[in-house]
Amino acid sequence: MTRRAPRWLLISGVLVAALAVLPAVYLGVRAAEADTSAWGLLFRERTWGLLWRTLGLAAAVTVLAAAVSLPLAWLTTRSDLPGRRLWTVLLCVPLAVPTFVSGYVLLAAFGIGGVLEELLTRWGLPVPPVYGFPGALVALTVSTYPYFFLALRAGLLSQDPAWLEGARSLGLSPTRAFWKVTAPLLRPAFVSGALLVGLYVLSDFGAVALVQYDAFSRAIYVQYEGAYDRTYAALLGLALVAVTVVVLVLEVRLRGRAGYHRSSKGAARASAPVSLGRWRVPALLFCGAVVLAGVVLPVGVLLYWGARGLARDEASLMQPALGSLLASVLGAVASVLCALPLAFLAVRYPSRLTLAMERVSYVGYALPPIVLALSLVFLGVQALPFLYGTLVMLVLAYVVRFLPQAVGTVRSALLQLNPHLAEAAASLGESPAGVFRRVTAPLLRPGLLAGAALVFLTAMKELPATLLLAPIGYETLATRVWGATAEGRFAEAALPALVLMAVSALGVGLLVSQEGDAPRG
Amino acid sequence: MMRRLLLTLLLSVSSTAMAAETLTVYSGRNEKLVGPLLKKFTEKTGIEVKVRYGETPQLAATLLEEGDKTPADVFFAQDAGALGALSNAGRLQALPKATLDKVDARFRSPTGQWVGVSGRARVAAYNTKKVKAADLPDSILGYTDAKWKGRLGWAPTNASFQAFVTALRLLKGEDAAKQWLQGIQANGVRVYKNNAAIVEALGRGEIDAGFVNHYYLYAAKKSNAELPVANDFSVAGDPGALVNVAGVAILKESKKQDAARKFSAWLLENDAQAYFSQETHEYPLVAGVKTAQDLPALSKVGSPELDLSKLDDLRGTVKLLQDTGVL
Repeated sequence: MTRRAPRWLLISGVLVAALAVLPAVYLGVRAAEADTSAWGLLFRERTWGLLWRTLGLAAAVTVLAAAVSLPLAWLTTRSDLPGRRLWTVLLCVPLAVPTFVSGYVLLAAFGIGGVLEELLTRWGLPVPPVYGFPGALVALTVSTYPYFFLALRAGLLSQDPAWLEGARSLGLSPTRAFWKVTAPLLRPAFVSGALLVGLYVLSDFGAVALVQYDAFSRAIYVQYEGAYDRTYAALLGLALVAVTVVVLVLEVRLRGRAGYHRSSKGAARASAPVSLGRWRVPALLFCGAVVLAGVVLPVGVLLYWGARGLARDEASLMQPALGSLLASVLGAVASVLCALPLAFLAVRYPSRLTLAMERVSYVGYALPPIVLALSLVFLGVQALPFLYGTLVMLVLAYVVRFLPQAVGTVRSALLQLNPHLAEAAASLGESPAGVFRRVTAPLLRPGLLAGAALVFLTAMKELPATLLLAPIGYETLATRVWGATAEGRFAEAALPALVLMAVSALGVGLLVSQEGDAPRG
Repeated sequence: MMRRLLLTLLLSVSSTAMAAETLTVYSGRNEKLVGPLLKKFTEKTGIEVKVRYGETPQLAATLLEEGDKTPADVFFAQDAGALGALSNAGRLQALPKATLDKVDARFRSPTGQWVGVSGRARVAAYNTKKVKAADLPDSILGYTDAKWKGRLGWAPTNASFQAFVTALRLLKGEDAAKQWLQGIQANGVRVYKNNAAIVEALGRGEIDAGFVNHYYLYAAKKSNAELPVANDFSVAGDPGALVNVAGVAILKESKKQDAARKFSAWLLENDAQAYFSQETHEYPLVAGVKTAQDLPALSKVGSPELDLSKLDDLRGTVKLLQDTGVL
């Protein structure tokens, strides 16, 4: 049964969707300048090879990231694992590690002449391969699994424990009950996590460039970097958009149409934590290993850079730190606000149109950031000259790029929310805004916060759009780090990079502490 | 905290609005390298400089995208190719002859649309623990020899590398360039993201030799003085000894022509030229300014005779790199 969406909701949804397709429109405009030889270049064998390698990597990273994240999300939300909040924060931090740091970590540790490589060789142990597919797989999994982790956490937190308790009371073992009840209910969270990870891999340039894996986004960068050829780059970009659309259509098929909310009366409450018993130590070791790879190693490398550096950067980091915070917080809030109408329309008023609008929000996310930044330069110069060169432009860029991170988490949280609660409140005389503020928003809180956390963390390290669209002279920690490393001055990059990670961890810590008062950590 | 930031932002906006003259520069050169230099310009002339720092190619793409609505007055680019691309697109205006004439004709645009301000030589950097200088080939063409198998590194996405390949094509012909690329590939060359990564890898001993610009070594040595890496210049006239430039150009629509001209002229004055030589270890391009002590003189480097403006034929280079599977 489909109801008609209120007009204001529809209009705001259409506006957001229009913003989200902007990069594709921009690519269309540039591609229209292409002559036949450029099209010929696009449809040669090499393009298919690139496509194949890129999709293979995206699929592998998605599977591995899911396998790592599911136990982590469960442990930090449902078990009595000691220090759950701290683990949660630490497990999110890798999102804020700039790619060149994670790539460097891998090379400095396991590359030829690397610190760990020498130890392993001395002990006669095999050295893990860093270049090509294995290196890209590990580097990207370590830096993207938190997308899955946060989505699954939000899913677990907003899941009504009554489902699980019902299954248990019917005689299912805890393990069977998990796979029969909890896991299927996490399907929306899985799907949104998989999309975020998979499409991120399509857009990634930093990691694949470092470990020398030839992927689609690298080919696009080459056109801008080397040939100053916007036309051929646009054709490649459009090909990537086409791939994204195929992925999104397949995903709708996979997703199914089931409802995920409870239909009995009453609201969800928190579940009692499961005692880990003798699994406590292995669980701690597992979390520790992931944090070691994602946080301890990068911090170690940064400290090493900083310590061996002779040059000291005297400039204060206060201003860039505040610059990062301001832009990222604004980006996170704006992205969640823009995600709300899209998620509401798709979940509460599903139709071809509303589903298409929600899907469209993913397009910009799968494109290399430079394409996105240039599309906003295009928009700013052509249509919004009064905003061009202001912070608003940068926040818009963050919204276009990171919208799916908010849409996915908000959507999966919304799916678990019974619409009758809101309807009941409305029938009791509450205004639509009142219903949202007093009923829907509090229940959606885990999803909203997870979405905001994702956007915040990714925006903190964002570079191409920040360099090209921020007001001139506006500094962030990421631009400061970039400024130091671009010419190989790694020592000077260490301090701002460490501050970047610390500020990000603080931000996520704050968000996690807002998750709720249930016994979750 | 937020209020303080907003206040500083507001102050910076209003202070630039009040300044007598403000020049907007897009700098593809790093803030660490040229920031102090731009400050000196303001101190000397009273002209405020607002700078957008970024990667040279990305700023070039942005300038092309902004077209005649660009807020930029000046483009300070890291390589001649980017300046050539903007010049071809009709985005630049000619510089005054007095400014152009300070620099050897090899290092400026033949139509006067940009001028080189500092020189950057191609070298083969090598690990001094694993290679003796005497064992290095005189010409970059020698690295296709099978004895270099598994020992080389390059950064084929890097603009300086592509400028070098363009020079190779122009000097030795398409076939020779193709053979060189294929020969180096046959030696199992390792691919790096940029010059800095190659120097790092050389320091670790991951490769024995790599093709880079000469000054990355000095930047890396600032972080690690013990780095066992040295530069080797190819013989005079060899494409491996190409000297490319970082240069400056004025945007066609700039409304601050006077200030922009002052700025480009000032980059070629002795103070600025000495700064490049001492701080960034590049070659000053104006006669009479000393090069850094540990560098061979520019006249001895023996850059091949080549019109640098032709280095903007990058499409052909990228196509060759793609046809050979390098990219």
